[in-house]
Amino acid sequence: MAVDAAMKPSALALSAAKEERVRPFRDPTSESLPVKILLIALAAAFLALVLFLPLYAVFSEALRKGLDAALLAIADHDALSAVSLTLLVAVIAVPFNLVFGVAAAWAIAKFEFKGKAFLTTLIDLPFSVSPVIAGLVYILLFGAGSFLGPVLESWGAQVLFAVPGVVLATIFVTFPFVARELIPLMQHQGTGDEEAALSLGASGWQTFWYVTLPNIKWGLLYGVLLCNARAMGEFGAVSVVSGRLRGETVTMPLQVEILYNEYNYVAAFAVAALLALLALVTLVLKALLERVYSRDHALTPGH
Amino acid sequence: MALANASSERWKWRQPSVIPGFGLTLGFTLFYLSAIVLIPLAGLGIRSASMGWGAFWSLVTDERLIAALRVSFSTSLFAALVNVVFGVLVAWVLVRYRFPGRRIIDAAVDLPFALPTAVAGIALTAIYAPRGIIGQYFQPLGIKIAYTPIGIVIALIFVSLPFVVRTVQPVMEEINREVEEAAATLGASRFQTVFRVILPGLAPAILTGFALAFGRSFGEYGSVIFIAGNLPYKSEIAPLLIFMRLEEFNYPAATAIGAIMLVIAFSVLLSINLIQAWSRRRFGYGS
Amino acid sequence: MELRVANVRKEFERFPALNDVSLDIRSGELIALLGPSGSGKTTLLRLIAGLERPSAGSIFFGDEDASHKSVQDRNIGFVFQHYALFRHMTVLDNITFGLRIRKSSRRPEKAEIRRRALELLDLVQLSGLEKRYPTQLSGGQRQRVALARAMAVEPNVLLLDEPFGALDAQVRKELRRWLRDIHDRTGHTTVFVTHDQEEALELADRVVVMSKGNIEQVGTADEIYDKPVSPFVFGFIGQSSHLKVRIENGEVWFHDRVIGIKASDLPDGPATLYFRPHDIELTDGCSGCIAGLVTVSRRIAGTWHTEVDVGAGHEKIEVSLNADQSAALKGGRIAFRPRHYRIFPTN
Repeated sequence: MAVDAAMKPSALALSAAKEERVRPFRDPTSESLPVKILLIALAAAFLALVLFLPLYAVFSEALRKGLDAALLAIADHDALSAVSLTLLVAVIAVPFNLVFGVAAAWAIAKFEFKGKAFLTTLIDLPFSVSPVIAGLVYILLFGAGSFLGPVLESWGAQVLFAVPGVVLATIFVTFPFVARELIPLMQHQGTGDEEAALSLGASGWQTFWYVTLPNIKWGLLYGVLLCNARAMGEFGAVSVVSGRLRGETVTMPLQVEILYNEYNYVAAFAVAALLALLALVTLVLKALLERVYSRDHALTPGH
Repeated sequence: MALANASSERWKWRQPSVIPGFGLTLGFTLFYLSAIVLIPLAGLGIRSASMGWGAFWSLVTDERLIAALRVSFSTSLFAALVNVVFGVLVAWVLVRYRFPGRRIIDAAVDLPFALPTAVAGIALTAIYAPRGIIGQYFQPLGIKIAYTPIGIVIALIFVSLPFVVRTVQPVMEEINREVEEAAATLGASRFQTVFRVILPGLAPAILTGFALAFGRSFGEYGSVIFIAGNLPYKSEIAPLLIFMRLEEFNYPAATAIGAIMLVIAFSVLLSINLIQAWSRRRFGYGS
Repeated sequence: MELRVANVRKEFERFPALNDVSLDIRSGELIALLGPSGSGKTTLLRLIAGLERPSAGSIFFGDEDASHKSVQDRNIGFVFQHYALFRHMTVLDNITFGLRIRKSSRRPEKAEIRRRALELLDLVQLSGLEKRYPTQLSGGQRQRVALARAMAVEPNVLLLDEPFGALDAQVRKELRRWLRDIHDRTGHTTVFVTHDQEEALELADRVVVMSKGNIEQVGTADEIYDKPVSPFVFGFIGQSSHLKVRIENGEVWFHDRVIGIKASDLPDGPATLYFRPHDIELTDGCSGCIAGLVTVSRRIAGTWHTEVDVGAGHEKIEVSLNADQSAALKGGRIAFRPRHYRIFPTN
């Protein structure tokens, strides 16, 4: 006991000494400057390695033998027909999904009905499915041994290993883009504006055209932009249904693969660089749209 | 108008509304959804079912397929875990700090969404091949990155990074500063506040981001096949196996693998929905 | 623990939030910081807590200068307006958080932590809810959990920032009484911020009235109401009317006549007379009074709120009359004299 009593004051003094070493005042909701700098540096290094280095590699490999070689590779007949097919596919697929996106968003955002959440999940389904499966399901639907394939073929319509198959596969993988952008936006906007327009005597189409569309134009554009980027860049799904008929069913990403597998690296990377440029333009437009978009949003109540 | 009115009488499951076009838009939505997505997917299901259990079982227990699924699963898991750590870090830096170049970094996070996967695939291969920008430094050490599962993981980290960042970022922006101050007034160091208050509060968003990243990685094809080397039993992923079976016109085998992958994809989707439901109940938020 | 705020100044990006504020808080006291928004009351509370750093001046906890201590080391309990509960933790985990994160040398035993938390739950009348999550509680319950959490660390001082501001009127009144009760039982030195004068006057031992970054007056509820030291306090606390007057030789003049009020201790010159609208006497005739014409008289329950026009160039002033007084008015003319008043020289 005596020892215990003797120990106690010194233990107290010790803990008091510890208490003396107080942490100096700092903003309690932020990190110290060195920690901040360390974290920023870590994040920047990670992103440089994961994002910026591949982007750099695309262009440096494309220009390995000079700009002329790269341009020559792009001006190649097969490459040009790949470019035009890619544009054609996007020009068909994007409007289809645009119309669908607007219709789906109208039905889901402007009305209350049972099964809405489930329907929304179904619309997002193509995002959860591997692109290879997207191709596979169309092979099963239209290929040999299917019901539809032979029927269509007897009418002279070829779906698989032809442009329609490429378009269908692209529509599948880009299916949700416009809808998922518009649904939350239109839900947030509610039905007040439309009800006001209708009460003033506007028809349904007039209401959509003069009231709804101006309200959703930026969101719509945003969805179309993302949809288009994916449509032009899709590889897996298209690769399954295309059959890789040169000059006929080869899109730009497939052309990249073909050239790469032929060890024609400069040409492969030249076409890839074209796609990378498209991606960069998409990112810039996206950032610009987000600015306009958030300015628009700032004006609506609840934000 | 006539269509909408008629349908409002027929369908009791929807609340009446003066806004026209319900029948038209919902009808078109259901038709288009069925034609493009549901019927083709159902076709895959019917094909697998009509195969008979025995045939299906022998196809999905194929050793090479199981090895491929194992590769897909482990590389996807690893990539998603890496992205949870760095994705949360990137989101934190973007939300909390102001520094030159922040806007560019913020925009660049979406690069994997915008860059075609085949382009990413050949670029990453060029970097990590034995004579590539980074591969050359590992070659003398006897470490191969491209044409091994490590290469697959790197490609998957690239494609699935934005899923974690973009899921966590908006929730992080909504964090109430008062909660951090409350932790500090109770004596918590900044480290304790971050790891015991802030990050656990973000758990649903982080889990959702993880599941999304995993799901995307598991189905990924374009960026992986170039860098994987595609050695059977070692660096061959399940989607590639579907592709190869289709090239051989072995549709039953492709169908069986497709069905397995679809089941896994749906499980991921289901777990995301469960996380969201749990989050709404417990935390009062969820997207 | 005693608290002393000495000549504290705080600026946010050049914008002054507090100008040279000093305040002594006695141990065990319940103090209210009262003022309109922008008066600096929350800034003062956050400075005491250590959530902000003063631009100048010191804050003493007892005899120790705590100005440069971090919030973590000040051992305070802070209750936020919007509760700031940790939503991923149960009620029990919220309350024990401050103890669980301590270094093992200062951390009580697990069982002791739990015992203390359950005791606090009992004190805030939430026994049995320890396994709930914050989203499963009402606003009033959340705020009580927040208070229990703040008290669990046995703080030197309890600081509450508009603790009842987010609650509806009924719950507010209940919690107000309950907080007073808890304070009387635990004896924590407590400082709370409010913009609700009723809350401050009912609850606090002393009220600190603040305006534009300054302390206007410190005193008990009676002192603040009966002897306001500045025009701001007179105007801010309770109802008030005011009238521009002139002082000559210790007499208060309005226009060309004396009001019948002495102001012998004030210098000659313009001044403002403040009085409570209900605290007046009507006078017959007018040898020393304020006279005017009634423009509007609205009855609210047993009181007539009467607007009086006292002549061109003056704002209308308001008096409150009871039924007898109202009935005594003749022909729309009124003559009255304030019973209690304050006169502040205009400078």
